[in-house]
Amino acid sequence: MTAGLTLNKITSQRGVSIGEAARRIADLGWNPSYVQEAMTFPTDYKIGRQPKDPMKQVLRSYFPMQEEKDNRVYGALDAALRGDMFRNVEARWVEWMKLFLAIIPFPEISAARSMSMLARLAPGEELRTGFTMQMIDEFRHSTIQMNLKKWYMENYIDPAGFDITEAAFGKCYATTIGRQFGEGFLTGDAVTAANVYLQVVAETAFTNTLFVAMPSEAARNGDYALPTVFLSVQSDESRHIGNGHSLLMSILNDPDNHLLLERDLRYAFWQNHCIIDAAVGTLIEYGTTNRDKSKESYVELWHRWIYEDYYRTYMLPLEKYGIKVHHDDVAAAWDRLVKKNYHHKVAQFFSVGWPVNFWRIEAQTDKDFEWFEHKYPGWYAEFGDYWRWYGKKSVPGETPMLFDQENGYVYPHRCWSCMVPCLIREDFVVDEVDGKLYTYCSELCRWTHKVAFSAEYEGRSTPAMGRFSGRREWEECYHGWDLADCIKDLGFVRSDGKTLVPQPHLRFDDKEMWTLDHVKGNTIQSPLVLLRNMTPEQREKHIADYRAGFTIRPFQ
Amino acid sequence: MNAFTQEAIAQPPRSGAAGAAQFAGWDSRKYTYYKPKGRHATHYEDVTVDVQPDPKRYLLQDFIISFPDGTPTYSENWTAAKSSDWHQFRAVDEEWERTHYQRQSTICGMIGNVVENARRAGAPKRLDRTWVKVLEQYLGAYKHAEFGLGMATMHAQRYGYTQMINSAILTNSSYKLRFAQDLTLYLAELALDLPEINLDLGKQHWLENPAWQGTREAVEAINGTSDYLEKYFAVNLVFEPLVAELVRSGFFMQVAAAQGDFTTPTVISAAEGDYQRNLANTAELVHILSQDAEHGAHNRALFNRWLAEHGKRALAAARQLQPMWSLPHHKVAQFPEALNRALERIRSITGELGLELPAELKAA
Ligand SMILES: [Fe+2]
Ligand SMILES: [Fe+2]
Ligand SMILES: [Zn+2]
Repeated sequence: MTAGLTLNKITSQRGVSIGEAARRIADLGWNPSYVQEAMTFPTDYKIGRQPKDPMKQVLRSYFPMQEEKDNRVYGALDAALRGDMFRNVEARWVEWMKLFLAIIPFPEISAARSMSMLARLAPGEELRTGFTMQMIDEFRHSTIQMNLKKWYMENYIDPAGFDITEAAFGKCYATTIGRQFGEGFLTGDAVTAANVYLQVVAETAFTNTLFVAMPSEAARNGDYALPTVFLSVQSDESRHIGNGHSLLMSILNDPDNHLLLERDLRYAFWQNHCIIDAAVGTLIEYGTTNRDKSKESYVELWHRWIYEDYYRTYMLPLEKYGIKVHHDDVAAAWDRLVKKNYHHKVAQFFSVGWPVNFWRIEAQTDKDFEWFEHKYPGWYAEFGDYWRWYGKKSVPGETPMLFDQENGYVYPHRCWSCMVPCLIREDFVVDEVDGKLYTYCSELCRWTHKVAFSAEYEGRSTPAMGRFSGRREWEECYHGWDLADCIKDLGFVRSDGKTLVPQPHLRFDDKEMWTLDHVKGNTIQSPLVLLRNMTPEQREKHIADYRAGFTIRPFQ
Repeated sequence: MNAFTQEAIAQPPRSGAAGAAQFAGWDSRKYTYYKPKGRHATHYEDVTVDVQPDPKRYLLQDFIISFPDGTPTYSENWTAAKSSDWHQFRAVDEEWERTHYQRQSTICGMIGNVVENARRAGAPKRLDRTWVKVLEQYLGAYKHAEFGLGMATMHAQRYGYTQMINSAILTNSSYKLRFAQDLTLYLAELALDLPEINLDLGKQHWLENPAWQGTREAVEAINGTSDYLEKYFAVNLVFEPLVAELVRSGFFMQVAAAQGDFTTPTVISAAEGDYQRNLANTAELVHILSQDAEHGAHNRALFNRWLAEHGKRALAAARQLQPMWSLPHHKVAQFPEALNRALERIRSITGELGLELPAELKAA
């Protein structure tokens, strides 16, 4: 037998070509004549042109391909256990996975649900298979991540926090940010939510930071499981980005849509920045023990993926279709990261709030300081002493950081829009919507709530646009509560009924662990409730003081 | 520096593995926030339950975005059915991503093998000529009905109040859309060996042949309702037993072999297997709602109304398909028997669920 001849070549026969298959499948739909399709989720956009599916995929090749991907993932999880991965894994890293993996399955499944909103919107059938695959992909992502989390719970030294994961997701003061992200995919105007916010911005711009930066950092911390799962997840994203782009192209085609698209690109970009950069920036730089100075920092990755790949090669070309691209927003996001220390302030905030979280956050130490100072010159002057205070206050019997008066931290207001607190104090904004006072982290977040999520946009009626609702300020839910009662209500207490799930350290020893008794006697207050109750003069002074910021006291 | 130096604080644990240290909660290795249906939590439950949150299950701050009329991200009002606990339902087939891909992929492989082996053996060339026309026009038309059910369920999987309900509807949609594509590509494969097959004729028959108009109307009516549960109900408890099984088992599976066709039944058998799972899931959900201590009576009345409305259309659709049975050369099945079996099937399903069939269906 000659080298090139294989059994496959002898027996293989011609079959239907992929192009022909895709064309046939695209002809399965029809225009109903007996009963019209039910009114689905509304949009203010007009979609006249049939979107094209350049990927030409069919389900019969999709399922086997995905099964094969799954086999690799589950094989790797088994191999990680055989290789005793947890013996060498960094606990600092796995602890943060309690937060990350509590959040992410919900946005994933929300993306699956949102596909039904798109499948009925666009005329023609071509892209429907693409939406179908995305629906099933996102179901895959959600359950494969739940599986990974269960696996950590079963094999990692401290399962507390993993064991309450979905309950914690619904209640924690940090996960609220992830719910804003997920609900954004599937509520309100269908195109705004599922096409622009999810596909065009979250998936096209930000999934690299989520699903590529996270795995790299995981591997540096001895975690080989997360990379296997998340790179597999990421391998589905090009399909979703393709879906989003095709639909965007048919939307662009009608100049009537341009104003709404400009609004939605602004909202989606800014809010993705607020949420994803807060979360991923913190996870990969504060959840790691690897301080290799040659690796790229979060802002360096951001520059490559968001600025170069997304802004320059995806957003800018939209200008030639007549879309106004807001260059200043991209510049403002960049400034928040590099000049205003956005994600460093987020990490600081998460650590202040450790008693109402459900994972362990240990202090950053000298080795960490050196790396931060190297990557972010000036970091030490602003955050060094804070983390030293945090280390000192990690001992049960000290005042919890949330209430500690000694270190000088001032608890922040919440942004009503992105749900991340207003951490860049000088950018703090207060405004009234429908006669009520609200607080925002930035001017664009104010605009998002007051101008974008409204019944009218620049004189044009937008009856399909969503609204912000619910008890968006977490602190308000526990205003006036004792901290110990709050933690009990959150369910963040271990099986002995008194030891807290969260701990400000990685000491796996009962003697070192905080209990309800250690946190009793501190009353939670809502900054927004307090602000609303002030007289106008008090309020004006409060806002000015807040914008002036605070100083951490020197640690001695 | 006090006693807690940076070095002491930075001291890493010896090992990050389970059991490396014992402290409060060190052995809490099961999800504790939900009650399993059986004695032990299943893998399906662990990866499914409570992933879609709601204010009745831990959602402290409520949904935080709403539609312009104030309807939240998920609403119990998206169906007329009522439940005192939407969270009780578990899918009987316990499908999650891995089992779903395994099953779908196995089916794709099976169909691929059958088609390839048949072609290698020259089977298409030996098919009865009249039968080829039936496949071209009737199986070609029927694939659109399956697609319609796939779109109805794809739409419905957005609206359920729990993850368990929505994911069961999602896999249902995935099965239906795969099968619609299976049929489409199966016919396209046949046409490679039998160039006389006109692949456009199926859709034309679907749109114009009087025999299919009742079926099309029934499918369009399912897609026309805005109640997601009504869609799921009508697909699996009405249309599938009365029309879809009638066409799949009552006609193609039974008749094909006598026409020298051994491949079509294999392709179609996959859908019969899919339906068993979808039926079990739907029946379980409908059963729970029918027995609801608070809302059972309301729900049964609602379900009976859905049965009557969609049942009437489905029965008319089934009857209009009668001419199909006289098309093949070798007549091995009779329409009346096939219809009777379909009627028995829906009677047994609804009987089990304690629902009341409309008079037409009882007497037919
Ligand atoms: Fe995803
Ligand atoms: Fe995606
Ligand atoms: Zn904000």
